Amino acid sequence: MKFQAEYRDLVAAKKLQRAIGEIVTQPWTIMEVCGGQTHTIVRYGIDELLPDEVELVHGPGCPVCVTPLELIDKAIEIASCDDVIFCSFGDMLRVPGSRHDLFEIKASGGDVRIVYSPLDCLKVAEQNPDRTVVFFAVGFETTAPANAMAVWQAKKRRIDNFAVLVSHVLVPPAMESILSSPNHRVQGFLGAGHVCSVMGYEDYEPLATRYQVPIVVTGFEPVDLLEGIYRCVRMLEQGKIGVDNQYARAVKREGSRVAQGLIKEVFEVTDRKWRGIGTIPHSGFRLRSEYERFDAEQRFAVGDVQVRESSKCISGMVLQGIHKPHECPAFGKECTPEHPLGATMVSSEGACAAYYNYGRLLESHQPSCSSTLAGKPAIVPLPTD
Amino acid sequence: MPPIADFDQMSCPTPRRQHERVLLGHGSGGKLSADLIQRVFLKELGNDVLSSLEDSATLALGSLEPAVDDARSGPRIAFTTDSFVVKPLFFPGGDIGKLAVFGTVNDLAVVGATPLYLSAAFILEEGFEIELLRRIVISMRHACDQAGVTLVTGDTKVVDRGKGDEVFITTTGIGLHAANHALSIRNARPGDQIIVSGTIGDHGMTIMSTREGIEFETALQSDTAPLNDLTRAMLDACPSIRVMRDPTRGGVSSTLNELATASNVGILLDEASIPVRPEVHSACEMLGLDPMYVANEGKLIVVVAEQDCQSLMKVMKQHPLGRDAAVIGNVTADHAGMVVMRTLVGGQRVVTMLAGEQLPRIC
Repeated sequence: MKFQAEYRDLVAAKKLQRAIGEIVTQPWTIMEVCGGQTHTIVRYGIDELLPDEVELVHGPGCPVCVTPLELIDKAIEIASCDDVIFCSFGDMLRVPGSRHDLFEIKASGGDVRIVYSPLDCLKVAEQNPDRTVVFFAVGFETTAPANAMAVWQAKKRRIDNFAVLVSHVLVPPAMESILSSPNHRVQGFLGAGHVCSVMGYEDYEPLATRYQVPIVVTGFEPVDLLEGIYRCVRMLEQGKIGVDNQYARAVKREGSRVAQGLIKEVFEVTDRKWRGIGTIPHSGFRLRSEYERFDAEQRFAVGDVQVRESSKCISGMVLQGIHKPHECPAFGKECTPEHPLGATMVSSEGACAAYYNYGRLLESHQPSCSSTLAGKPAIVPLPTD
Repeated sequence: MPPIADFDQMSCPTPRRQHERVLLGHGSGGKLSADLIQRVFLKELGNDVLSSLEDSATLALGSLEPAVDDARSGPRIAFTTDSFVVKPLFFPGGDIGKLAVFGTVNDLAVVGATPLYLSAAFILEEGFEIELLRRIVISMRHACDQAGVTLVTGDTKVVDRGKGDEVFITTTGIGLHAANHALSIRNARPGDQIIVSGTIGDHGMTIMSTREGIEFETALQSDTAPLNDLTRAMLDACPSIRVMRDPTRGGVSSTLNELATASNVGILLDEASIPVRPEVHSACEMLGLDPMYVANEGKLIVVVAEQDCQSLMKVMKQHPLGRDAAVIGNVTADHAGMVVMRTLVGGQRVVTMLAGEQLPRIC
């Protein structure tokens, strides 16, 4: 595939790996904000290619992880209604609410469907005029334009049996919340490339200045990430702050004005609760009053759903880079991928699951090693012959 | 400056460990499937043969005893059953009828048996078109001819409209074992090589893209095929093959994880060596899926001693169904029970078994 093979190239990756090793002189902690980047890091073993001095911490950029429990419970309540067709992106279906997940609602007779685009929901709504089609509008700024387009189209085409359950969150306020914490360890950021392709990176410049950090807008292929890390380490070593753009093939400083216009037409900024972190002011979107008739929370009167969460696991700290997964007392004991206590252990891309698997691998090479891992799992190289 | 996040309020979800109802994920071939088999079926029905979880049971004729001892002499039969519930019923490269024949033939073939006889049971939904049923049955006849098996018994049931999904087919197969080999998922040894007989993910991505109505410039095609001719050629040339499996539901990853666990060995894979068609790769990228977890219906995973690997590869590559065969990794004494992959860019990752269905990610 064009624009892909060259970004998964072993020679290019090795060259960047060497370059990072040549410029680093002291320990640095870099956070990749976006869950998609975490996925690539885990899938390609990027963190093992880095020198010991460079530590990656995984940020709160996984929409599945940060969608609050009450929103999941609201989704479950709405999806349980007889006259509802509940549509969602696939990976939200496994996320547990207080008592059930959406897969269980489907198994109990609820009409729960996976869609690849919110616009597909409009077709479903037109085909089912006697039922209400609800879309779970989850995600960061990346998914907001398409979700806004679905609402805008519904209004324009008068598809009144369509509604959205909105749980949109924004990256810059989350970064600021992390940087505001006295405990934070983050010295540089890899900016979320897809978010910036929509929003640009103008908002990140004052953030970089205020908190004296480098931010490198980075893509999602392995070579993108290695280059982003190289640029970030270079800025840290040179004492530079500001925003650099590694992902210029997709991101302009101003972003996509068309997409931003559509978001502003349909959504307005609001406070949002983040699962594992808490409420962050001005960190999400809600529907504007002109579009509130498409608000599923109001239509189904689920606005006052209250939940009480367990406080056993420290996934919130993990999501902010304050603690490493293995520093949780439940890690590898009560909490494993088979029996996860937190979102970060649920999927193989989660920071805790990745550490758990690497830890098992490490222990298999070093039978005498204890279950407490070093700061970064060191994997014994595979034979190359 | 914004207020600092309140860390005292931090919390996390607690996913459900036990489900009160059957979920789609229980049929995925991943961890949920394995849990259901262990917690319900094996708990109540387990015995030496069933609990071995081979693709086919191996039974000794004449003694009325299961052939659990490989040293047992005398004729042995292989016995297997499989149900088919695919949607759509007809897809590029195949249909539910073909699948029902080849799927069971392949379960017999991968334990080293020669498939001989099949049964077929149909659950039909009231209102299903007879002409479509005829097309499926004709396809089954052609598939039996192609695989060299005879369909000797069957059954038909009809359920009320809305209580089924047009047609479900269950096929059961009997095959005869040769005396000179004993394949088992427990046989992998450190140093063995792992071969895949061709490109992975073809069937699953064909079904998924057909379901989603996504069209690609190059048409995807299911790899549905009978493997018994290929397995016979392989076993004739190399009777010492340790393991053969057809990586259907759950894909290559699930099969290799089962293998690593059952043989108590580690598996090292080389991502660059794993054959994936460009169109399958593109479809997976578009839908956010990993071809390692996507179903195949005409492929083999083979474990063979290192000294026999090249001669076996030569035999496989001479067969139309093994033309794209590749050595994708090896068995190791390290990290027992785990599958590890050396990635395209030189890193490593642990290849886990999926919990349930593979789900497209949000972004």
